Amino acid sequence: MTESQKQLQPKKSAKGFFGKLIQNQLFIPIAALLILVIFNLIADPSFFKISLDESSEGFLVLSGYLITIIDNASELAILAIGMTLVTAASGGQDISVGSTIAIAGSVVLRVLCGTDSRPDQMKAPIIVAFIVCVLVSALFGAFNGMLVAYFKIQPMVATLILFTAGRSIAAWINNNELPIISDPSFGYYGNFIPGIPLPTPVFIAAVCMIVIALVLKFTNLRLYAQSVGINPSSSRLNGINPQVIKFLTFVILGICVAVAGFIKVSRLSTINYSVVAKDIEMDVILAVALGGNALSGGKFNMTASILGAYVIQFLTTTLFKFKVNSAAISAYKAVVVIILVVLSAPIVRNKLIELKNKISRSKANTQVGKEGV
Amino acid sequence: MEKGAVLEMRGICKYFPGVRALEGVDFTLREGEIHALMGENGAGKSTLIKVLTGVYPKDGGTINLAGHDHPVNIRSPQEAQNSGIATVYQEITLCPNLTVAENMYIGRTKGNLTNWKKINADAARLLDELGIPAMAQQQLGSCSIAVQQMVAIARAVDMDCKVLILDEPTSSLDEQEVEKLFRLMRDLKQKGVGIIFVTHFLEQVYEVCDRITVLRDGMLVGEYIIEDLPRVQLVSKMLGKDFDDMADIKSESDTDNIDYNGTPVYEAKDLTGTTGIKPFDFEIHKGEVNGFTGLLGSGRSECVRAIFGADKTAGGTVKINGKNVKINKPLDAMKNGISYLPEDRKLDGIVGDLSVRDNIILALQVMKGFFRPFTKAQAEAFADEYIKLLSIKTASSDTPVKSLSGGNQQKVILARWLLANPVYLILDEPTRGIDIGTKVEIQKLVLKLAAEGKSVTFISSEIDEMIRTCSRLIVMRDGKVVGELKGDDLNQNKIMATIAGGESK
Repeated sequence: MTESQKQLQPKKSAKGFFGKLIQNQLFIPIAALLILVIFNLIADPSFFKISLDESSEGFLVLSGYLITIIDNASELAILAIGMTLVTAASGGQDISVGSTIAIAGSVVLRVLCGTDSRPDQMKAPIIVAFIVCVLVSALFGAFNGMLVAYFKIQPMVATLILFTAGRSIAAWINNNELPIISDPSFGYYGNFIPGIPLPTPVFIAAVCMIVIALVLKFTNLRLYAQSVGINPSSSRLNGINPQVIKFLTFVILGICVAVAGFIKVSRLSTINYSVVAKDIEMDVILAVALGGNALSGGKFNMTASILGAYVIQFLTTTLFKFKVNSAAISAYKAVVVIILVVLSAPIVRNKLIELKNKISRSKANTQVGKEGV
Repeated sequence: MEKGAVLEMRGICKYFPGVRALEGVDFTLREGEIHALMGENGAGKSTLIKVLTGVYPKDGGTINLAGHDHPVNIRSPQEAQNSGIATVYQEITLCPNLTVAENMYIGRTKGNLTNWKKINADAARLLDELGIPAMAQQQLGSCSIAVQQMVAIARAVDMDCKVLILDEPTSSLDEQEVEKLFRLMRDLKQKGVGIIFVTHFLEQVYEVCDRITVLRDGMLVGEYIIEDLPRVQLVSKMLGKDFDDMADIKSESDTDNIDYNGTPVYEAKDLTGTTGIKPFDFEIHKGEVNGFTGLLGSGRSECVRAIFGADKTAGGTVKINGKNVKINKPLDAMKNGISYLPEDRKLDGIVGDLSVRDNIILALQVMKGFFRPFTKAQAEAFADEYIKLLSIKTASSDTPVKSLSGGNQQKVILARWLLANPVYLILDEPTRGIDIGTKVEIQKLVLKLAAEGKSVTFISSEIDEMIRTCSRLIVMRDGKVVGELKGDDLNQNKIMATIAGGESK
């Protein structure tokens, strides 16, 4: 063996397992999740307690922090699906999701309540309200998509319009009244369906994930969105219409917003226009980034984004559990986010691999030394 | 160190996972010489340059620089610059929106106060001294590419460099610009600068260089004085085999049995583009290879882009196998069996971050439809088939295409369009910026496709290549078709004369 070959060998093995692990896109979200789990285990193992209690309606439901996390993360996970696609194809983010959730929720209430803000009975079947909400949200998504795809406005600037105007539009839809729905069956979608111990949003999120998994498997959405995000000019010469694809991703995000908005209003059976889903866009973008997806577009990993959403909710819930002042939560989150984002930067990962190589090389050297003796 | 040497690299090794990029390479650069670094794509030229400029850490070997007693360790491009090694890359790495003078001195002023008057004066003096036709206070973006390249060189020279590396500086220049660049290189040589010149153009090597170092598969083949190494020898050293392939390419083709009177595979009448070309007629028959030729900017690329629907067309009729069709966008052309390999590989060809596999299946997949994706196994089978067929050098079909060498990227795009199984294939500059071995392979492939009954339009800046492969040439000048040559007229002189226009005989 020549000197150089000797040097080559430990490198190879390090590249093997550790290298692959660190380069994997799921590494950061899973590692973050593990750290949070370990932290909670040490700080207070009761965090993981799940109990079966009787709810106020008199049936058994599961409760505990873990349940809260998977329940509350549902909207985030659903939105992460759409945001991942928008990011991949357009290389930018939609910052209007919080405001358009307010619109979606407002539309649902408007259809269910009619002009009466305290109806005794719902004025329309829930399914009708949901369909109208999906159509309206898709329309607003299409508006964003049109600005980005056809007018070539930067996504963040284009969506700034609805970011600013969305909550006013939401209030205007219901004449600035706060309708309340007293029929308990409307609350099923944001809380529990009698007899089922898991919160309904968990199932809705699961359905969304299955749908997107099927879409990605049985269509070319992944290939097209990635191609357009990486090289629109080349994509066009290969017969793809980049504008249509960008537009499509915004419409898909619009539909995700509709589902999330529907869950949000169902949770409370009412809406607060200025507070509902406030700042959720930042959490969603963060979920995408945490999943190791380049915010400049191109390749994406849907699983990683969704996992990112759960990590963020895990973090939020942990902070709440430790009675962090709700005003200070953002600051804590920011610290954690900085750490995660820095860790997920390729330059840091490469340094980690180098470090590992150094350690294994020095180990190999000492072993050789011992054998020599 | 050898007397007169400014740079000595000994036993340089560099490994990438699973690949031996450099193994024990020696390289010596002497004061006041222009030294060509030659080799096929993937031979290790770029790697050697990157080791020298501190982009990659080396895995073995020593680098000695004049004026240093000990071997130097270059850890970053900044360190390389500080030790007098300057690099000018193929792509301009300056800022087009700053002035020439700003570009020359950016990042090099000491202290916080900048004396712009002095800088502008210094820049003007240096530009004058080197005979660069640019003004100090002109915006860099308003200069031609060649002048921008020269400004990059001027910047390097002013930093007192002993070693100047020119990595493919001529690939985007026209002949006169190349001549200007060479004049500048010779001037610098007189001043004692050692120049490493990396290029694919053999003629240019023989025009300016004093010495050649040849690499192959990461190993040193040898260092030669230019007079001792005739062209054919150089090529055979680069390829590692005797080289007579080029000469007999044409003899393999058989152009006699093309039926010029039958219905053309593709026929355009008065096709009008929107990109500054005059309406033109064009036809191609089954099994024919023809080409568009003309100077850069004569409109040859615009013509084929109009045929493919890459640019909008404003009028004219198009017939495929005698049937009227409308081609408004690339997908229309693809569905009619037309494939188009674009001129600019990086910008219009590859989808860089995607895997080799996805890049290969892309066109066929789009034709198949949005709702009918290939299974992973199908895609894998296609990719493997074409990687083998075109002998694409890649670690696996999962490798991102951008990490392949230029020639192999080009093969991936070729594979993409061959997989689409077109009846009519348009290749716009398929051989630009790739090594000579791959060039020959591509030309042979074109003739093989024609023999199989496909029609091919082949465009190349190198007239030799066109003569070897095409049986008919359409000559363009200033956006207009000015002539058509075939048979015995297909020779260099006749083509030149047609390109130049009536007067020259």
